[in-house]
Amino acid sequence: MTHPFFPVLVLFFFAGSVVLALLLIAQMVGPKRPNPVKDEPFESGNPPKGDARIRFPVKFYLVAMLFLIFDLEGVFLYPWAVLFRRLGIFGLVEMGIFLTVVVVGFVYAWKKGALDWE
Amino acid sequence: METNLAPLLPSAEVVLTALSVLLLDLFIRKDEKGLLVWISLIGLALAGGMALFLWGSHEGAFQDSILLDDFALFFTELFLGAAAITILSSVHYVRETNIHEGEFYALVLLSTFGMILMAAANDLILFFLGLETMSIGVYILTGMWRERSQASEAAMKYFLIGAFATGFLLYGIALIYGAAGSTHLGRIASALGQTKSHGSIILSAGVFLLFVGLAFKVAAVPFHFWVPDVYDGAPTPVSAFMAVAVKAAAFAGWARIFLYQLSPLQSEWTLPLKALAILTMTVGNLLAISQSSVKRMLAYSSIAHAGYLLIALVAGGESGGQALLFYLLSYAAMTFGAFGVLIALKEGENDHEAYSDFAGLGFKRPFLGMAMSLFMLSLAGFPPLAGFTGKFYLFRSAVVAGHIDLAIIGALNSLLSVVYYLRVIVMMYMEEGGAEGKPFARAPYLYLAIAIAVLGTVYLGVLPAPALDLSRISFISLH
Repeated sequence: MTHPFFPVLVLFFFAGSVVLALLLIAQMVGPKRPNPVKDEPFESGNPPKGDARIRFPVKFYLVAMLFLIFDLEGVFLYPWAVLFRRLGIFGLVEMGIFLTVVVVGFVYAWKKGALDWE
Repeated sequence: METNLAPLLPSAEVVLTALSVLLLDLFIRKDEKGLLVWISLIGLALAGGMALFLWGSHEGAFQDSILLDDFALFFTELFLGAAAITILSSVHYVRETNIHEGEFYALVLLSTFGMILMAAANDLILFFLGLETMSIGVYILTGMWRERSQASEAAMKYFLIGAFATGFLLYGIALIYGAAGSTHLGRIASALGQTKSHGSIILSAGVFLLFVGLAFKVAAVPFHFWVPDVYDGAPTPVSAFMAVAVKAAAFAGWARIFLYQLSPLQSEWTLPLKALAILTMTVGNLLAISQSSVKRMLAYSSIAHAGYLLIALVAGGESGGQALLFYLLSYAAMTFGAFGVLIALKEGENDHEAYSDFAGLGFKRPFLGMAMSLFMLSLAGFPPLAGFTGKFYLFRSAVVAGHIDLAIIGALNSLLSVVYYLRVIVMMYMEEGGAEGKPFARAPYLYLAIAIAVLGTVYLGVLPAPALDLSRISFISLH
């Protein structure tokens, strides 16, 4: 018999051919009347202005990093909460240690002024 | 569910110390920062005591993915000692350069934790975690002296190349997982025993990539380009820490993975490893000769010494393992000492790292001169110092394993290295110059670190027997 994933391969093939066919038809049949307004980059409907490469405060970067760290901390709490009964005391202590380490990081960031915008 | 957490005690203690240092640093005044040094040292001593207490046990935690055997404990003690000496020799350096003290010590401790994990890991994923914990700490330490542009450059280079090497390592782990069906070293070894033909190309490719990743970390020659710039740009105590501890951690992993668990494949990697060893020794020594900065010379010399250490890996077996562990001990003592004297020469913003800055040091500061001569002679391999004994056992292990050519090339290389090591001594005693060097009163901790290194260098050279026994017992405990 054929491989169980054979239909997936067929699907890939058809999806690819449909895309190719549509692109080709549009290229051959579609009318092309470019003008300056049409050639502008699309910026959500606003008139585009300035360069895409601008300087912005490095503080955003710091905030993004802090967000990632504490967001991940939250993510780890969910599976623990779901399995709380099965993990019992061991899970509680383990999560306590984990949170302590993260809180130390939080206190550090706070005292160092990473949370102040100015 | 019972979990045996005893194997984690020393490393947990190190992390606890790091967190305490980090927290305390926030709440004390600038003139009280000396407290942080003591807390770090006491924490390291406590962890060392725990490791000593656990000596001789053979336990595993988390389904044996962390092993507590004498091998892991030997390296734990080595890393703890290295961290202690690094902290001792950086106290004055850190104050002179306005590096944030609390973060500096905390990062040293956290990277030490990563190293301990690397030596104890019996699972490739855990090994990788330890390696990353160590590396990220050291990347930051490299760039800690922020006013110095070379430091930022070094940190960036180290980070990019380190990340690149990590990629090799991870891909290797993935391929090995694909071939053996596990990342656990014990299960990989048993899978190797059963299937010899199936997936052997994938396995070889994985082992090869793992090999390359580790070669980056120990700075073996085709993968050494980052070393001089990074060691030169990093704060000197951090360079010493990298040269000794990071290298030792990578060798610990190498020994556990290749000399023990994957030893059935030995015939496949002996030849490339041998080429790597010869290339590393020779290129390291040749490039060291042409340096004008002592710090860069020490960087190249650390490459050459990685080459000598690779000899032990080629030789393998009990004598190779013993020689590897013993040489790491002796190398730690003399390298920390040499970098320590270099730190003592620093004056404010000026590093004083050129050969000419050593001119006349022997008369101006007799202790520093004597100590530096001792370290240089030991690094060059003169008896009766640690470097000689270490090299003797390295070359002997090569001969025992039938690699006489490797022993001869190693001996020729150490002859070559005499050229640049002696140049420092000639500078110190035979040239007129204005070498300054800190007096004892201005840097007591640094002098203590240098004194410990002197003691170690002499002791391991004159009375090597206890340390040799220790190395042998530790290596045997792998099996």
